[in-house]
Amino acid sequence: MSSVTIDAGPQAPSGLDSFKQTALYRFLIFPLGQMLVFILGATVLLTVFVYGLAVLFPEPRPNIVLVEQLNRQLPGMIISGISIGFVYAMIALGYTLVYGVLKFINFAHSEIFMVGSVIGFSFMSFLNSLGMLAGFNPILLVVSTVLVSAGFSGLLAVGIERVAYKPLRRAPRLVPLITAIGLSFILQDTVRAIASLTINDFNLTYPTRDIAWLQSPLNPLVFNIGGIDVRVRITAIIIMIAAVIMLLILNYFVNGTKAGRGIRAISMDQTTAGLMGIPVNTMISLTFFIGGALGGAAGALYGLNVGTVTPYIGFIPGLKAFTAAVLGGIGNVTGALLGGILLGMIETFLNGTLVYFPAIGIRYTDIFAFGILIAVLIFRPSGLLGERVDEKV
Amino acid sequence: MTVLLELTQVETFYGQIQALKGISLRVDQGEIVTLVGSNGAGKTTTLKTISGVTRPKHGTVRLNGNDISFVPPHKISAMGIAHVPEGRRIFPLLTVRENLEVGAWNVDRKNVIAQRMEQQFETFPRLKERINQKGGTLSGGEQQMLAMARALMSGPSVLLLDEPSMGLAPVLVEGIFEIVKRINEQGNTVLLVEQNALMALEIAHRGYVLQTGKIVLEGTGADLMKNDTVRAAYLGEV
Repeated sequence: MSSVTIDAGPQAPSGLDSFKQTALYRFLIFPLGQMLVFILGATVLLTVFVYGLAVLFPEPRPNIVLVEQLNRQLPGMIISGISIGFVYAMIALGYTLVYGVLKFINFAHSEIFMVGSVIGFSFMSFLNSLGMLAGFNPILLVVSTVLVSAGFSGLLAVGIERVAYKPLRRAPRLVPLITAIGLSFILQDTVRAIASLTINDFNLTYPTRDIAWLQSPLNPLVFNIGGIDVRVRITAIIIMIAAVIMLLILNYFVNGTKAGRGIRAISMDQTTAGLMGIPVNTMISLTFFIGGALGGAAGALYGLNVGTVTPYIGFIPGLKAFTAAVLGGIGNVTGALLGGILLGMIETFLNGTLVYFPAIGIRYTDIFAFGILIAVLIFRPSGLLGERVDEKV
Repeated sequence: MTVLLELTQVETFYGQIQALKGISLRVDQGEIVTLVGSNGAGKTTTLKTISGVTRPKHGTVRLNGNDISFVPPHKISAMGIAHVPEGRRIFPLLTVRENLEVGAWNVDRKNVIAQRMEQQFETFPRLKERINQKGGTLSGGEQQMLAMARALMSGPSVLLLDEPSMGLAPVLVEGIFEIVKRINEQGNTVLLVEQNALMALEIAHRGYVLQTGKIVLEGTGADLMKNDTVRAAYLGEV
């Protein structure tokens, strides 16, 4: 045995180490850097992949040169990949936070997202009916819509937990899963009923036509990069900025506050957390609120981006966000971010590329998202970042 | 002597199985009281019933005269009972500092938290070296120290220790008992559960011997160590 002394005493912390303990690093530089790394990584990976396809299949259809199409589309694909990826990440965080504390999948979360998008529509329509929408300050409009949706969805999530999950805390895990699926249908049809009764239609179109700045010649913004016109939708930029801000706040909440510490403690060991004086039920409600609020905010941003929402839009994005959470490692907050960005990018790049191939059109790209889900579950159930807990017994 | 903690005829069940069959014991201010007994005697269940993890079906648990039998664990913790569970159960992905902060959950004043943390670092200097390390990366002995320090962060009136020597190398075991003694000398009241009866009785003021959910013997630590039944059953002498 080599004589390695473990009792070397406290090492003088190097400058880098002490910098890593500062709030600036922990709550701003580190999380932003992480997002940037994930985005750049996914971009590089997928760019290589699609250009690889272009080498293998230079002309997938007559008169379509894939490389030319890709050159034209690449910046746009990156932008929309990032923005849809952020939406997935925000929803995925709701799954992963709840899984963290309760070890079960809240399948009603997709409907919390849907309700967020419907509330966003209702709020904007309400402003519109007061005639206030057109003149509203753009930033204030986005912020207030997102906050109203987030607040409502958060409270809804807390209510769902109280009614449908809490009484089943000691039941086998499959039971709350079933009530979650039942709740999804109830929420869908309740929203549909309310929408049908109040406005006689459940296709809810955001009143974006009455928002001047979304109609201005500036939307989409056009940048000229290297002789290629890159069109960027304003809503995509809004999603990115809003998502980054919310993810930073979430990171601060989870890693920098007492309540966040309590939630992490509960996710590791509920009984012991209770012994430490942490009010477990209150913290679980708080977790549902945060997850629901993120999902609701994502719903409003998504609605603003796609324009029209229905009570049934939650299902597919919800499942995809669940896939993202599993891909990153369910229960792992960073994993949800990584999984969301990766899945959004994969989907957008494949959509943009495979559309030129005969038979594999845009309709079939869900195959890839759910193929990933199955492959991860079979080959790496702990996900990319896995929830590795080294416990010494 | 003021009675801090008192159990009267406590019976606890796991489903149909009765784990405690009428336990009565008391812990006075400033004492180390130990519960010894073999596996399955009900030592851990007794502690869990005190801290509210399991609830008694009959009987009462009193802290400073107040009935806490049906108070939820997080409120019992706020009332002054700190439980170091069996197997340490530190939070593996929280840093040492965060583990200690969680221990002080019900302490609102930041300067009190800082001062208690300094106190823990005096008792457990090793933890100070590891302050930014994740709990799961500590060695078994260090984790036990962290679990005790975490419990002391709440400034408890009674410290419940469940098998602090479990799974530790023999050299570390003595150290742990030394620390328990020192913690007691600093004014903390300790209820200690141990399979290592000899060492527990050595440092305890009083002790109870548990057998299949009942208290079969009680007395001072020294008396119990001299008792033939105890020696035969728990100290490995024939």
